[in-house]
Amino acid sequence: MKAMTALPQMFHDWFAAQGWQVHPHQQAMADRAGAPATLLIAPTGGGKTMAGFLPTLAELATDPRPRLHTLYVSPLKALAADIRRNLTRPVQELGLPIRIEDRTGDTPASRKRRQRADPPHILLTTPESLALLLSYEDAPRVFAGLQRVVVDEIHALAESKRGDQLMLALARLQTLAPGLRRVGLSATVEDPQAIARLLARHPDPCEILQADPGPAPDIAMLETEELPPWSGGGAGHAIPAVLREIRRHRTTLIFHNTRAQAEIFFHKLWQANDDGLPIAIHHGSLDRERRERVEAAMLRGELRAIVCTGTLDLGLDWGDVDLIIQVGAPKNVKRLVQRIGRANHRYNAPSKALLVPANRFEVVECVAALEAVRANALDGEPRGPGPLDVLCQHILIAACSGPFDADALYREVITAGPYADLPRTDFDACLDFCATGGYALRAYDRWQRLQRRADGRWQLRDPRAVQRIRMNIGTIQDSDRLKVRMRRNRGGKPLGEVEEYFAASLTPGDTFLIGGQVVRYESLREMTVEVTRDPGRKPRIATFMGTKFATSTQLSERILDLLAQPDWPQLPRHTAEWLALQREMSRLPERGRLLIESFPHERREHLCVYGFAGRNAQQTLGLLLTKRLEEIGAAPLGFVATDYATLIWGLEAVTDPAPLFELTALRAGLDGWLAGNAVMKRTFRSAATIAGLIERNLPGNRKTGRQATFSSDILYDTLQKYDPGHLMLRITREEAMRGLVDFGRIEDMLARVGGRIDLVRTGRVTPFAAPLFLEVGKVPVAGAAEERLLAEEASRLMAAAGLHDAP
Amino acid sequence: MKGHDFTLAGARLTALGSGALWWSEHRLLCVSDLHLGKSERIARRGGATLPPYDTRDTLNRLAVDLARTEARIVVCLGDSFDDLDAAEALPEEERLWIARLQAGRRWVWIEGNHDPGPLDLGGTHLAELPLAPLTFRHIARPGAAGEISGHYHPKATIRARGRAITRPAFLVDRDRVILPAYGTYTGGLHSHDAALAELMRPEAVAILTGPRPQPVPMPR
Repeated sequence: MKAMTALPQMFHDWFAAQGWQVHPHQQAMADRAGAPATLLIAPTGGGKTMAGFLPTLAELATDPRPRLHTLYVSPLKALAADIRRNLTRPVQELGLPIRIEDRTGDTPASRKRRQRADPPHILLTTPESLALLLSYEDAPRVFAGLQRVVVDEIHALAESKRGDQLMLALARLQTLAPGLRRVGLSATVEDPQAIARLLARHPDPCEILQADPGPAPDIAMLETEELPPWSGGGAGHAIPAVLREIRRHRTTLIFHNTRAQAEIFFHKLWQANDDGLPIAIHHGSLDRERRERVEAAMLRGELRAIVCTGTLDLGLDWGDVDLIIQVGAPKNVKRLVQRIGRANHRYNAPSKALLVPANRFEVVECVAALEAVRANALDGEPRGPGPLDVLCQHILIAACSGPFDADALYREVITAGPYADLPRTDFDACLDFCATGGYALRAYDRWQRLQRRADGRWQLRDPRAVQRIRMNIGTIQDSDRLKVRMRRNRGGKPLGEVEEYFAASLTPGDTFLIGGQVVRYESLREMTVEVTRDPGRKPRIATFMGTKFATSTQLSERILDLLAQPDWPQLPRHTAEWLALQREMSRLPERGRLLIESFPHERREHLCVYGFAGRNAQQTLGLLLTKRLEEIGAAPLGFVATDYATLIWGLEAVTDPAPLFELTALRAGLDGWLAGNAVMKRTFRSAATIAGLIERNLPGNRKTGRQATFSSDILYDTLQKYDPGHLMLRITREEAMRGLVDFGRIEDMLARVGGRIDLVRTGRVTPFAAPLFLEVGKVPVAGAAEERLLAEEASRLMAAAGLHDAP
Repeated sequence: MKGHDFTLAGARLTALGSGALWWSEHRLLCVSDLHLGKSERIARRGGATLPPYDTRDTLNRLAVDLARTEARIVVCLGDSFDDLDAAEALPEEERLWIARLQAGRRWVWIEGNHDPGPLDLGGTHLAELPLAPLTFRHIARPGAAGEISGHYHPKATIRARGRAITRPAFLVDRDRVILPAYGTYTGGLHSHDAALAELMRPEAVAILTGPRPQPVPMPR
């Protein structure tokens, strides 16, 4: 054994007693314990977390004085609890007097108070719980002695505003504890430098350590007897083959891209599960207690399979998983690789994974993704600068902890990687928003949220605001969810949540799936959807969404190249035949051309645009095109976008698409259009909630009577009308252009296409268009068509009820 | 003028798409739950500083309805202000605006649960207004007849070819009309909520507001 510099001998003895060796990257981390920032890139199962904690344990072994020494931040509550269990064992066996505790939204209030008064050596938490901790007046005392912070699964945090919030929190921590050293733990990513820049205090350097990536994964497409369907995301055809694989393996994780798909698949799997194999479902919409039961059963090794969504994506230690099944196209090569890394948690054992395309288009996408994985070509889009809504929340959190100096706060904020280039004017605009609302009409001079004191520092005017701000900390924006419960006289058991818009579309008697069971909608009562059990009936599809991923540019291009082949020997025969059929009935999309199909279906006219520009750009295209269609009187009703196409439906057929696609007209329409559409309103709601303009949670309970709250759309419309230059609208526009709008990809696509647009009119749905009908995330268009429909339906209902105009 | 005509206790009424009720016989315009000053009240109580344009937007829309109908009587059916302090804190400009709207007409403020006291603004303050055969009050009373009220902010959802359309709505049966909230910063209570479902007769109609008001059997 070579000389170990940083680790006390007792650690090597303990490792040896386990029959383990200290991995080279674990030793390297220990050697760099003093560095201000280090990023470790290692595959799952590579002892990554231990590598992050070894220096902490070594330091505490020599100096166990009571103080908060290390803060561990992970994106998942479950991960914090999991790490606590895993760390406790070596600490106990080494006889170290180290206290390890977790603190998340689930921690009881009494323990949280005690943790602030008497912090443990190691505190395991989430970005939101950390932000909350920093909002207390005693934060300087709690964190004064902090030595290290370990950010786990930083690649996942880096993709969202949760990461931006965390980096602002680290900037604050660094002020409270100047000697703080930062460690990031990441799965394989395409651009480690970008993550390193996020992690380190700007402009400190950050060394990147790469662990041995381990053997190449064993990955293939699942062979099924039955053919994948023309359309749909259920993958029901694969049930027998999946069951066979479950029987062959110890524990199988079955990943889905959306919760609805996971629910449907689990339901079908359970119906076919004649051997009664212990199979469970786990996703973010399920009731917490149910999720915890599944997690516990998994840890005890009692489950043979878990049907899940992104909630199990991250590095939870699930022990004996030996097979990953990905149902549905992976959308993104990097995420696929990370999911595959979940199997065979032992270092140096190849991960085993099977892809199950849910329909024939996904067969094409899966084959393209497999080729990319073999070529080791990861993808990813760079993120823009730190968003201002998160900064607004950070300013409010700072105010909760006590009066602050604006100059000092600005200097601190720009040490956070995502905000390194933040102009002072933007900071001041955020501060003004927090203080007065930042309106052109200065209405809140008397009722400012933040007031400037005589000493020049800023403080909250009304101490009641502290509680309201704390209750709304966080950047996770699920759309409004309603709880689902069994009807009260049958026990009132909570089942999970559905999105509000889904609940609004239900009428009593409708059935849907939740937690693997079919339930019947009875009533909506005080923000709770009441249901009864309904085992016999076929469910209506639950359309509540999980995370939606966008297919990367790189993967889209691989798919188009595949489609361009004269024949497709690498595809299963059924899919090759389907492509041939599409070529025959219509044509195949090509690079450098734009294919558009037009057809009637179910009393509506449809237009399908195959832009292959990624989901967000296709969505924007949908918004722009529906606006143009509204202008020319084609009465569009709505659209849905996928990564490769936009499907628009309305009351009139389109015969000449060329005028619709003039780039100048599209761009001219962009600004006016941006103002009024549903995506912008959704973006606004999220930004305004994060920035503290909309309070989701209020002291007391959540409001029961809905007349007490009003829609964020009203605020959006009001700002558009009276204060179009307002900061919140600017944030909304910038965010939408960058993420949800992605207008750049539309411009690129149209530039490549030039005028080469091919319109194909068919009498019915084409093979390629069919899957789009089952997509979730349909965007309605409010316009003339809605008034027409409303009139139609109103007179039908009145006639059916035998009612005339007056009662 | 776009509206939906119906009869209550023999009175010919029109539900306007804006959410106001028009009684042409008396040239009477009735609006409910204006909640003027709502953003001010929320900020005052330590909440968010919402865009302070709600009062002017509500008054803008009211001015449009008044100009179109040339109403002689205006009845504000209660909760005209989000609270009494909000009424007092109204900026001078908006007070003058209200005074201009009041000029030349009879103006009645019905008391609501948010604004139970007298206001320092022109017009008459009443707990309720009887004007045969109708009675105007803020909160509906079970058993009443010929009653015009507000308070609940009713809204209704119908589904048409897979699209759910939700709008503020008038609820009408042979005893009463419940008006939707007129104020800009107001939400709604679904017609299928127990409070409304129990109040309204089984054959009640919901008139959805919008460019063309549409009656439908009240969704329950």
